[in-house]
Amino acid sequence: MNARQGFIGQSVKRREDTRFLTGKGQYTDDITLPGQTHGYFLRSPYAHATIKSLDTAAAAAAPGVVAILTGEHFKAVGGLPCGWLINSLDGTPMKEPKHPVLADGKVRYVGDRVALVVAETLEQAKAAAELIEVDYDELTPVIDAAQAKKIASSVHVEAPDNQCYHWGIGDKDGTEAAFKTAAHVTTLKFRNNRLVPNAMEPRAANASYSRADDNYTLYVSNQNPHVERLLMCAFVLGIPEHKMRVVAPDVGGGFGSKIYLYGEETALVVASKMVGRPVKWTCDRSEAFLSDAHGRDHDSLAELALDKDGNFLALRATTTANMGAYLSTFASCIPTILHATLLAGQYKTPKIWCEVTAVFTNTAPVDAYRGAGRPEATYLLERIVETAAHELKVDPAALRRRNFITTFPYATPVGLTYDTGDYEATLSRAIELAEVGGFAARKAASEAKGLKRGLGYSCYIEACGIAPSSVAGALGARAGLFEAGEVRVHPTGKVTIFTGSHSHGQGHETTFAQVVADRLGIPMEDVVIEHGDTSKVLFGMGTYGSRSLSVGGTAIVKAVDKVIAKGKKIAAHLLEAADGDIEFEGGVFKVAGTDKSVPFASVALTAYVPHNFPHDKLEPGLNENAFYDPSNFTYPAGTYICEVEIDPATGHTRVDRFTACDDFGNVVNPMIVEGQVHGGLAQGIGQAMMEHGVYDTESGQLLTGSYMDYTMPRADDFCHFTVETVKGTPCTHNPLGVKGCGEAGAIGSPPAVINAICDALGLKDMPMPATPHAVWQAIQNNR
Amino acid sequence: MTTITLKVNGKDLSRDVEPQTLLVQFIRETLQLTGTHVGCDTAQCGACTVHVNGRAVKSCNMLAVQAQGAEVTTIEGLAAADGTLHPMQAAFNECHGLQCGFCTPGMVMSAVDLVTHHKCSNDEQVREGLEGNLCRCTGYQNIVKAVRTGAAAMK
Repeated sequence: MNARQGFIGQSVKRREDTRFLTGKGQYTDDITLPGQTHGYFLRSPYAHATIKSLDTAAAAAAPGVVAILTGEHFKAVGGLPCGWLINSLDGTPMKEPKHPVLADGKVRYVGDRVALVVAETLEQAKAAAELIEVDYDELTPVIDAAQAKKIASSVHVEAPDNQCYHWGIGDKDGTEAAFKTAAHVTTLKFRNNRLVPNAMEPRAANASYSRADDNYTLYVSNQNPHVERLLMCAFVLGIPEHKMRVVAPDVGGGFGSKIYLYGEETALVVASKMVGRPVKWTCDRSEAFLSDAHGRDHDSLAELALDKDGNFLALRATTTANMGAYLSTFASCIPTILHATLLAGQYKTPKIWCEVTAVFTNTAPVDAYRGAGRPEATYLLERIVETAAHELKVDPAALRRRNFITTFPYATPVGLTYDTGDYEATLSRAIELAEVGGFAARKAASEAKGLKRGLGYSCYIEACGIAPSSVAGALGARAGLFEAGEVRVHPTGKVTIFTGSHSHGQGHETTFAQVVADRLGIPMEDVVIEHGDTSKVLFGMGTYGSRSLSVGGTAIVKAVDKVIAKGKKIAAHLLEAADGDIEFEGGVFKVAGTDKSVPFASVALTAYVPHNFPHDKLEPGLNENAFYDPSNFTYPAGTYICEVEIDPATGHTRVDRFTACDDFGNVVNPMIVEGQVHGGLAQGIGQAMMEHGVYDTESGQLLTGSYMDYTMPRADDFCHFTVETVKGTPCTHNPLGVKGCGEAGAIGSPPAVINAICDALGLKDMPMPATPHAVWQAIQNNR
Repeated sequence: MTTITLKVNGKDLSRDVEPQTLLVQFIRETLQLTGTHVGCDTAQCGACTVHVNGRAVKSCNMLAVQAQGAEVTTIEGLAAADGTLHPMQAAFNECHGLQCGFCTPGMVMSAVDLVTHHKCSNDEQVREGLEGNLCRCTGYQNIVKAVRTGAAAMK
């Protein structure tokens, strides 16, 4: 493949594979620093308790122990911050109790950090931790979010009724009025089940401090090193930002769980200065279950009002969202800004009202997990729409079609303006690919074998490419959400790109190189992508919210265009032409209408050996950066169709077919996009059918605390997915026309699965996860 | 401390280990071969899969002392000495069978064993054969494709 063909739209194989396939990846736990010590966290065994006393004397004297840190060491510094301020409907700001680095007199969830033991070996640290004497006074735990406000126990004194905020969006009165005129109202009450992210690489960090240079280095498995540094330095520890280097090297998956500033790496940084040696910590898997930010956990009531022809008149949604014991970095915006604003879906529902009550409970903090609020919104909407279709005995595709938005841009009643879309295109293509026409025959064949077969739709839309900073700021964000990119052209014409995006599986080292090589008309081998190191990369907000290509990629494109603009001026000088007469195409600068040209590499060399150079107009060198703040979110959308076959005797449910048809706008690397959809589908189907983070309501113990009890999707849980991206509607507001694809699979799939199960069994509802036992029970209950 | 003597990736070596040291710890920490990964603590994720005497073993589920006298191959020992990828490694690249790469060494080692010792003539057999290896990124579809492609190339 050569530069003349163009790289956009090519399924270029990944260059990062070489190191991963040969065991040469460098994940945080792979790093060994000279003189390093090992850290181990003592964690609370109780969901809710005061610490009456904490005695580390015996532990401190144990073999190999170098230091022990407790809440005392962090009393004077800030708590872990929440980056999004949500105001309640009564105008009061959300409750923001301090989120201490190490517990400050009280523990609030099983796994809450109590102490950090630093020792020569991990075994010594673990042994010493057992010698720490903690006297706990147990308190009544608040576990069930739906009951949190009624339980006579407060997670935080600042929130006596455990309410963090009570927020709303939309037109309450208009919605109520519309319901009064409805010919039909469908109501559904359900829970969006708590999930544990389970990236395969557990969280890890290795912190060190150099007295000689008075600076810190933190290796951490993280999705956004600059944000990590800013939060830790400016908001918690008061360390000058320019004196810390944060490196997120190879990261083994994130899915949101590695966005946040956690207490672990913060404590490690303080410990590393105290002991004067690196301190390394790697999370155990059972530790990760307790301490990684969990996802989802909404209780919702959805009501849909329709007229006699099946037009949606109004949607009302009431959600209780579990924040967990403390506000994690983005927790507050997940059930509000990233959830309620998607409740129009693909439909022109004129009136919407959504109320969200966020509560504290004595469980692990809950924050963004692949989809972050949009799976919850899509589940709510696509379940109620399909349920309405069944109640009205209308084809679910026809009911949706009737209500599709068809003119763009479209301003929804819940704050977003969709720039473009074609929902009919993905619906009809999905129906074709899913062979819906043959469903009746397949159903009959299943029934002949004593099995039930069902089909379910999900027409999802999501808002990603996060986010326009001024919009985000107006909605309570305490950060900007732009992205940064730098293009360094070397004297020999090779290019290094520094991107604020972070690749932890997304393949940016390949796809971003495609974009740059395509735009500069140079071979892909001449472009290298650097990310993840605050010492190298100018700045970045990081990778999450399916934003890397649309926001990070656009920043790079803008920087590349600055390079081209400067290159044209250099070329004009070399070719003795006017700046305006220079064209750039296929890696070559030429004088329009002539064959006088000079290749990119020559212009690069001239920039760095500026003998024949317009010094009166230009500086030497060829290095440009750009910061790009998007003007809108992007709106990928599509239709997913799921077909299940159920054995009513056992409740065992098999996904027999799954069809995903998406509009992601322009596609840079189809192979990568397909892989992202596959991964998202696995997580979404996993949520629908098997995954569930469960706490015992009496004791607050995490019952699903390891892979023994938390069902992770495996290869034999899935059929072959049929995945297709339609030509679609390119995003109108970024130069690549891309929408982002990383989360769609996890967003669109759960309702398709549950809709299919309900269809198969003639049920109005099926709680997630639809395990064999749950399905069997539902069948019994329905007899 | 016990001294163990074994062959790792074709090299004979001898090291002192504590009796409770897991094989995966020996590989990662003593030998500094960090390609083999630890993804769980209940021997269920498969990220630690290596070959011991030609068979796939979860190295977190075996003590280093149990590898006395054994031939161990880790992901670092799969490619040829000149760097030419093993057909299974090449197949994973060709089929986009990896994303973050963390499960990949274990997945590839399991795949090589699966294809060498079991019937892999259809997707279902491959899926069942890989049920001891978790992946959170790929959704498994391209892994299945990679394993079948690798199997064909290994014939």
